[in-house]
Amino acid sequence: MSTTATATTTKLWGGGKSPFDVEYGKLMMWYFLMSDALTFGAFLISYGTIRFSTNGWPDPNKVFKSYPFAAEGVNAPLVFVSIMTFILIISSVTMVLAVQAGKEMKKKAVATYLILTIIGGIAFLSCQAWEWNHLHSEGAWWGMNPFLNADGSASSTNFTNYFFTITGFHGFHVLSGVVINIIMLIMTLTDKFEKRGHYLMIEKAGLYWHFVDLVWVFVFTCFYLI
Amino acid sequence: MSHTATHEDHSAEVRKEVTKVTIILSVLTVIELALGFYMMGIEAAGTRLLIKGTIVILMLAKAFYIVAYFMHLKHEVKNLIMTVCVPLCIFFWFITAFLIDGNSFRNLRNTYDPHYKAQSSIKAEPKEVKHEEKEAKEEKKEGLKLDEPRRAD
Repeated sequence: MSTTATATTTKLWGGGKSPFDVEYGKLMMWYFLMSDALTFGAFLISYGTIRFSTNGWPDPNKVFKSYPFAAEGVNAPLVFVSIMTFILIISSVTMVLAVQAGKEMKKKAVATYLILTIIGGIAFLSCQAWEWNHLHSEGAWWGMNPFLNADGSASSTNFTNYFFTITGFHGFHVLSGVVINIIMLIMTLTDKFEKRGHYLMIEKAGLYWHFVDLVWVFVFTCFYLI
Repeated sequence: MSHTATHEDHSAEVRKEVTKVTIILSVLTVIELALGFYMMGIEAAGTRLLIKGTIVILMLAKAFYIVAYFMHLKHEVKNLIMTVCVPLCIFFWFITAFLIDGNSFRNLRNTYDPHYKAQSSIKAEPKEVKHEEKEAKEEKKEGLKLDEPRRAD
């Protein structure tokens, strides 16, 4: 194994094989994720620029302070969003295990881990749906911002506009990730990959799913923590 | 060593790595949240900035672990690592330039736009949305619109 590895690395640009040592689809997934990273980066940097250019900004701890089935006027900042974060991390872990099971050609394990990942994704989406609904009931939406700035001055609608746009864009990515994972699950259960002799498709879906988790790390930090 | 034995070894190795990275990610998240809670009680701008900087560094560490281990990039060949990472270096410029620009815009407005500066230092009345949110949804919407002229005086 190690001798072939050194032989290939010296001849990576020698032609006859991919110099990136991955199959076409995976390389293209990486390029897609790079461009998606730039899109999300542009959104978050735009948010940062606007935040830096204004004197006041709402305090996230006063905005995101409730959770489902909580009493009216509860003050529990960061609690609900930390649950959401852990849900996404755990679903990312189950996805890694699904990819690994695919490499080992264990169909049953792949299906189990994919189902767990899908459940995690749906749980995250449900949390986000609740949060949006809750904020909307408080009067927050695109173009409406009921929250005052942290220093007590009147706020602009920038805060809610960015919040709903960026978490919405991320949520849409989670939704597409869940749909992709469901397709992967159907393909696994109908023996598509067994017939092909490899589960490389799961790896590509996995890359996308981890990227969704990665973006949440940034969104979570930028909107809820700082 | 037979083929299956190396296969099993490799599988166990991967599982160990996944467990390790999961623990690291959880611990980093818990530290971030602890810092977030700690920051709530702090007023001093300098300390807050320091904590925020720490949170950003922890965030980047989390991003590294996700990309390197979960997305497997660390175990790819150097060509792939380079082709993914080098273009994303544009973010160094992107973030620096735009945040500096935003900051400069705020300074310029505070210097040359006295109206803006006065507006942003007036304490606004809290919008009475929460208490009567159930009965008076319509009034709430009107109240939001009425806020504009109220802010002006």
